[in-house]
Amino acid sequence: MKNFLKLLAFFTLFSTLTFSKVSAAGESQELLKVDWSFKSFFGKFDRASLQRGYQVYSEVCASCHSLKHLSYRNLAEKGGPEFTELEAKAIASNFEVTDGPNSDGEMFERPAKLSDKFVMPYANVQEAIAANGGAYPPDMSVLVKARGGGANYIYSVLMGYEDPPAGMELDDGVYYNKYMYGNKIKMASPLDDDIVEYSDGTKATIDQMAKDVTTFLQWTAEPHLETRHKMGFRVIIYLTVLTILVYFSMKKIWSRIETKV
Amino acid sequence: MSDHEYTPKSKVGKWFNDRLPLLTLANHLTDYPTPKNLNYWWTFGGILTFCLITQIITGIILGMHYVAHADLAFQSVEHIMRDVNYGWLIRYVHANGASMFFLAVYIHIFRSLYYGSYKSPREVIWIIGMLIYFLMMATAFMGYVLPWGQMSFWGATVITNLFSAIPLVGDSITTWLWGGYSVDNPTLTRFFSLHYLFPFLILGLVILHIWALHVPGNNNPIGIDIKKPSKDTVPFHPYIVIKDLFALLIFLIIFAFFVFFSPNILGHADNYIEANPLVTPAHIVPEWYLLPFYAILRSVPDKLLGVIAMFAAIFVLVILPWLDTSKVRSTVFRPIYKQFYWFLVADVLILGYVGAMPAEGLYLLIARVATAYYFAHFLIILPFLGMKEKTTPLPLSITEPVLGGSADMAMARNNTDFKEKL
Repeated sequence: MKNFLKLLAFFTLFSTLTFSKVSAAGESQELLKVDWSFKSFFGKFDRASLQRGYQVYSEVCASCHSLKHLSYRNLAEKGGPEFTELEAKAIASNFEVTDGPNSDGEMFERPAKLSDKFVMPYANVQEAIAANGGAYPPDMSVLVKARGGGANYIYSVLMGYEDPPAGMELDDGVYYNKYMYGNKIKMASPLDDDIVEYSDGTKATIDQMAKDVTTFLQWTAEPHLETRHKMGFRVIIYLTVLTILVYFSMKKIWSRIETKV
Repeated sequence: MSDHEYTPKSKVGKWFNDRLPLLTLANHLTDYPTPKNLNYWWTFGGILTFCLITQIITGIILGMHYVAHADLAFQSVEHIMRDVNYGWLIRYVHANGASMFFLAVYIHIFRSLYYGSYKSPREVIWIIGMLIYFLMMATAFMGYVLPWGQMSFWGATVITNLFSAIPLVGDSITTWLWGGYSVDNPTLTRFFSLHYLFPFLILGLVILHIWALHVPGNNNPIGIDIKKPSKDTVPFHPYIVIKDLFALLIFLIIFAFFVFFSPNILGHADNYIEANPLVTPAHIVPEWYLLPFYAILRSVPDKLLGVIAMFAAIFVLVILPWLDTSKVRSTVFRPIYKQFYWFLVADVLILGYVGAMPAEGLYLLIARVATAYYFAHFLIILPFLGMKEKTTPLPLSITEPVLGGSADMAMARNNTDFKEKL
């Protein structure tokens, strides 16, 4: 048992080290921290926030940023914004996709269906770069996972627009951001108070919109997060009970001989 | 245990066993006499077997949905994460499974170092183990390339470029490895093919590893030779099986925490950005389990010598049974070596830490000192210490320290008393 405790101590040390290493690996500027509903062992998405976040994405971000790994059906799926199927269909039908070839060998345009992938704002990367002053607006599907600091980083960047410190020269189309790596960003502050009008009456402050859209992007990056948390909890309970049972079985078996286990 | 006398009870069993002695093998495995004083550090062999099987099973399923093509790989991984039923679970188990596999293998290796399990007559077990470890690193490296994220691409570029340091033929070898003039689609497809092959090579070596183990039998914390079977041993089943299962379950709980609650913490965020040959990440770092070797590589100013140092760091482990001249296996009876052992552990941890940091200034200096110490440990300290060190007295059998408290007390007692007691 003594050795076993040693082993356990070792694992704890290992986990603490890995966790602290990652949190310490951030940049010099301490990120803003939000008490997200999806953090922690039982974390879930705030459904209303996801729906508002989608609104912010579609009205503000979507003109430049794609979500190419998502399909319109995802909007109605469990664990996400959970729009009704009708709502999701209505959202999809706002977009035109190219289909075909038809029986005449012609390509044709049709409204998007639930099974279609999100329509991209630009035809290709080059067009996106050309339209945005030489900076590619990254695809947002897994953006939260692609940045150290995750959701806090995305939120911080959205909140981090400030006047540049005295003496800092910025080129045209370059903006100062407190939390961006290198503090220079080619995206102008995308949010402004009341830039969208929330249908549920929530006041559209910059802070509120930043939180909503970050929550939405956390979902696009981890669409199965709720299932994962729920399953994880059950798995760990199951394993713990089994471990206890096996422990007593082991004690019983080893009691046949004088050696301790 | 007596393999030769084993005969199956049923007629059918006997008929079959005379033609293919599988039942004899099963009987050998269950009866296999194991030292009764093995501690929990000895449970990692079983845990590692479990890790390998898990990686193979999850890997086969991932292979059904993954597309090995530079334009489609990243997308197919997202397809697995989103649309494949429980694809996210299978991928997270596979990705974190690699880390857990290495965590277990490092504990397993350091256990062997502590208790002298690499020494005669177990040199071949150790060498096969080192081959497995080497193949594991190659497999993990190629597996990390498959999602075709930024770290995949640039990690592959850095590592394959190492071969260009070889004089005269280096560039040709690198081109040959890439299947072109840079890391590209041909590189990805061959890495996928080899990543699928290597685990089965590892599996074959694991069977040899266990076979080689079953010839002399397990070492034990006291490190002395024991008679098998005897009062010092227990049959593998049920004693060791249940103990290994208990340890495996604890391991699985920790594994589950990573998979379900922090699945990306051991990876690098940049690998969720699609590979882009035109944009180099600020810091290219390998996965944590390769960091000590990465630190050794970067601590040498010359590229070729750096590559040589990195491979030599593994090679000194292979020849370790002949570098350690001490006749005493277990560190328990080697008071001076015990301190050097912990220095080595600290040294490897330091190397891992500086491997994750930029190779400049103080970090580089620390990396150089730690690299020098790493080689000094194996090439200078071990050979000399073995000849000079005064070891503490060994007990006569493991039953004594197990039942009678400390090894010294057991020594003092009359041996025959014990035989009566048992």
